[in-house]
Amino acid sequence: MSDGIFRWEQDGDGVVTLTMDAPGRSANTLDTPFREAFAETVARLEAERDDIRGVIITSAKKTFLAGADLDELLAVTDEHVARLAAEVDQFKDLLRRLETLGRPVVAAINGAALGGGFELALACHRRIVVDAPGVQVGLPEVMLGLLPAGGGVTRYVRLLGLGAALPLLGEGTRLKPQRALETGLVHELAENIEDVLDRAREWILANPNAIQPWDAPGYTIPGGDLSNPFVQQLIIAAPAMLRKRTHRTLPAPERILSAAVEGAAVDIETAQRIETQYFADLVTGQVAKNMITTFWFQMNDVNAGRSRPEGVAPRRAKKVGVLGAGMMGHGIAQVTARAGIEVVLKDVSAEVAERGKQKIAADLDKAVARGRLTPDARDEVLARITPTGDDAELAGCDLVIEAVPEIRDLKYKVLAVAEEHAAEDAFVTSNTSTLPITGLAGAVRRPERFCGLHFFSPVPRMPLVEIIRGKESGDEALAAAFDYVRQIKKTPIVVNDGRGFFTSRVFRTYALEGIAMVAEGVSPALVENQSRLAGCPVGPLAVSDEVSLTLMWDVYEQTRVDLEAEGQELPPHSAYAVIDLMANELKRVGRAGGAGFYDYPADGPKRIWPGLLERFHRPELDVDGQELRDRLLFVQALETVRCVEDGILTSTADANIGSIMGIGFPPWTGGALQFLNGYGLDKAVARAGELAARHGERFEPPALLREHAANAQPF
Amino acid sequence: MGEAFILDAVRTPRGKGKRGALHPVKPVELAATTLRALAARNELDTSSVDDVVLGCVTPIGEQGADIARTAVLAAGWATEPAGVQINRFCASGLEAVNLAAAKVAAGFEDLVVAGGVESMSRVQMGSDGGAWFGDPDLNLRTGFVPQGISADLIATLDGYTRFGIDAYAVRSHQRAAVARDAGYFERSLVPVHDRIGAVLLKEDENIRPDTSPESLANLKPSFAAMGEAGFDTVAIDRYPTVERIEHVHTAGNSSAIVDGAAAMLLGSAEGAKWAGLKPRARIVTTAVVGTEPTIMLTGPAPAARKALARAGMTVDDIDLFEVNEAFAAVVLRFLRETGVSEDRVNVNGGAIAMGHPLGATGCILVNTLLDELERRDLRTGLATLCVGGGMGIATIIERV
Repeated sequence: MSDGIFRWEQDGDGVVTLTMDAPGRSANTLDTPFREAFAETVARLEAERDDIRGVIITSAKKTFLAGADLDELLAVTDEHVARLAAEVDQFKDLLRRLETLGRPVVAAINGAALGGGFELALACHRRIVVDAPGVQVGLPEVMLGLLPAGGGVTRYVRLLGLGAALPLLGEGTRLKPQRALETGLVHELAENIEDVLDRAREWILANPNAIQPWDAPGYTIPGGDLSNPFVQQLIIAAPAMLRKRTHRTLPAPERILSAAVEGAAVDIETAQRIETQYFADLVTGQVAKNMITTFWFQMNDVNAGRSRPEGVAPRRAKKVGVLGAGMMGHGIAQVTARAGIEVVLKDVSAEVAERGKQKIAADLDKAVARGRLTPDARDEVLARITPTGDDAELAGCDLVIEAVPEIRDLKYKVLAVAEEHAAEDAFVTSNTSTLPITGLAGAVRRPERFCGLHFFSPVPRMPLVEIIRGKESGDEALAAAFDYVRQIKKTPIVVNDGRGFFTSRVFRTYALEGIAMVAEGVSPALVENQSRLAGCPVGPLAVSDEVSLTLMWDVYEQTRVDLEAEGQELPPHSAYAVIDLMANELKRVGRAGGAGFYDYPADGPKRIWPGLLERFHRPELDVDGQELRDRLLFVQALETVRCVEDGILTSTADANIGSIMGIGFPPWTGGALQFLNGYGLDKAVARAGELAARHGERFEPPALLREHAANAQPF
Repeated sequence: MGEAFILDAVRTPRGKGKRGALHPVKPVELAATTLRALAARNELDTSSVDDVVLGCVTPIGEQGADIARTAVLAAGWATEPAGVQINRFCASGLEAVNLAAAKVAAGFEDLVVAGGVESMSRVQMGSDGGAWFGDPDLNLRTGFVPQGISADLIATLDGYTRFGIDAYAVRSHQRAAVARDAGYFERSLVPVHDRIGAVLLKEDENIRPDTSPESLANLKPSFAAMGEAGFDTVAIDRYPTVERIEHVHTAGNSSAIVDGAAAMLLGSAEGAKWAGLKPRARIVTTAVVGTEPTIMLTGPAPAARKALARAGMTVDDIDLFEVNEAFAAVVLRFLRETGVSEDRVNVNGGAIAMGHPLGATGCILVNTLLDELERRDLRTGLATLCVGGGMGIATIIERV
């Protein structure tokens, strides 16, 4: 008997408390031993039913119960999907037996109950939650390309109705206790676990005949069933709304929608079987494997600090100097201050710095207006930010982040001065996106305490920070940068120095590829739409306008000059002529200039500039959409492989996470390297070869890709 | 194979929605009105009619449960005629004609009534549900969009401007007004009475002769909000050369939502003889086609081509066309694809002016076409409609 996972204690009133406490583990997980123990426990409850007044399920761990074992799910293929489906159905039957035991069952939720853990709670008649920081409930399976198959879809719909359940399931919402209470997912909040258990006992004694709402006579789905006209309207529009978000690149929210709607038409047992069918469909698919690999295993690695130098004591930044109060600078100041860190926001004058602070205040006001921030919290954040034009104010800063314009001399100057005024043991960093860190290190006296800290725009919204190790950057500097990024609750990746580092270098290939298509005569709308169909959040032309075509031209020129100095030649690319025309001849420099690949009318949404069609479009071209999509993804994936070859990237996790969070590589792929794994390495080599034959050597499969393919060794 | 002849045809006027004159009238009574009129004016021995085939697109509630047989009973006809309700969405009324013609031409039956009914003010369009839009799995896989989005997609792809679309709508009203005032619809029209015998409606209620480009220009696009909700994305994902859907269709340049019914008596040569009726026209050929479902409404031209090919004819052999004005862009697309001049198409206006009672319209088109061929003493006509789900239908008739 898999004894020990469920501790069984029965009190004098006949209330059984089941405490989940997997031996030797830090958390309870819904793995095979758990399911076996649960089956035995349910059987015992049924056998001893006559002597039981009610049941409380709680946990001895910090969390309540985690979800399914993702290693088990990653291994599922078509061959054993039938067995998996049977196991899932068996577990659901156990939950169903628990909720139809004929005795009140209470989930005493002491900590996070997400995924399978919350599905167990949903099969209880009452859910009482400790209202403490860090406690969350919800069904986030969709984030990993899955659907909640432990009755989660079925019970959410029956508990909340389709209108309320679909967004929570489709977006994988995690809810804090208060919001879970308001939503109706839990019934009561309590101060601590003792309070929870007291309330649970009380409720059991007061409700001996508890049954689930959906088992009560006359039950109807809240908000109406499928015959309700409002529900019908919702269902007709839901697929289109979903497509607007995913362009059908993510199967999980689609299957969730189908399981929810189809389940609402039938009884609960049949609904649960439907749920299993759609789950089986997802779990055997490549997208779920991509997403589990990257968003679970690799994300955990990244956040656990696998790219952080070992053996360096953790460090918390206390006072950060931000040089430059422009868009990047004030964004960095804002996220830093919101993490509770003192900020000195330095610019050429106190007035300019103050203007940056005003922008922060305006952004925080929006958060207050939306109810996401209290006015007090806003005032505290603003109070932590000292705008100044005086370098002396940088005194005591233990971290300096330079964010002035991308002019090497300017950066040299401000870095040197800042190092002088900051604390003796301060780390100095640069938010450059283009200038090599090793070169900039010449500005400071202690290059070992210097590294790159590349933020993405807009800073408050973009979750990634790319840490760049220059030739002389020391482990302590990288560790300090890493710890700071975690402190501001962003995701750090660590890369080595090189032109464009990782993200800018790969991002550039995407923009250039889209522009090359325009040069070839492909309709600009088709380029943009195909990028969205590939799963990219922003089209290559739109994003080029955002970056500014002038900047793209400058980077091209700089790269060409640098390469010439090294005796090399920049490979030809049909995009450059278009950029030259747009930026230099036509002065259509992008969004900031009010005109680029798009027109930006004051009174409406941007439109593709008609002149682009007139100059380049060749309607007679026979364009294959798949070819365009492959080009946009392969050009980035292959450049990522070259970044690994060149030693810029040292971690597959950093490559995948960085590509998705930093440059908008499509989430369904699991990242730029996982995309190749999922495509099949041999097939990827072949496809790259085809693309190279048609579109140029940038698609030539790199040696490292061939090597991985030959060894059947995924990245 | 034998021949199928049109012996006579009638229709009710089209009433204008919930505030219109026909709103109090039960749908079965609308259908019965046409059956009674057909029998009375032809002194028909109704027991000799084999079947009554009626189109109805939302066959639930008071339009449910085989409204064709119910209408036979409601009309006080003999018990012998059977009745069957069919649904090919907007083409139901023409499908009823084609099916009746096929039964007759096949030699299985000799006298068949075809027609259709829809009280759109009483039974809401779409309220019968359906898997295409109601099943998310299918909806996603097949790219379902509401028809207005499809119409706007056609306009966007073909470059029809709001002005051009509105101008077409104005012509529909003007032509319909002229035809009504000159009495061109009188041969088919039968008035609808209330229970005490007062006339509720005797002419099409929705025609607005004063419709102008200026008055139409003020109307808001009907489908912009649903497009924004996500349906534009569905259309663009399927037609990715489109940057943005231009929402040009409004309540003023789309077919009006109305109530109405129509009925047509078809028969073999034998049947005509028994009934003592002189055939007015023969059904030459019929055709249906499936087309890409997201753009949905491009079926008329391919259906017309198919029917013409079967008949060994070209568009030049057709004197007059009726192309259902579901949306202005549907007709403009038909004109562009076939090269037919607008002065041979919808010469007495169409559904933009007079309305589109879904189940009946197809039959009404043939009635109108035949009346006008007779009035002008022309010979051949073709009626065609776009159809939900991505279909097209066409029927060619020839006066005899």
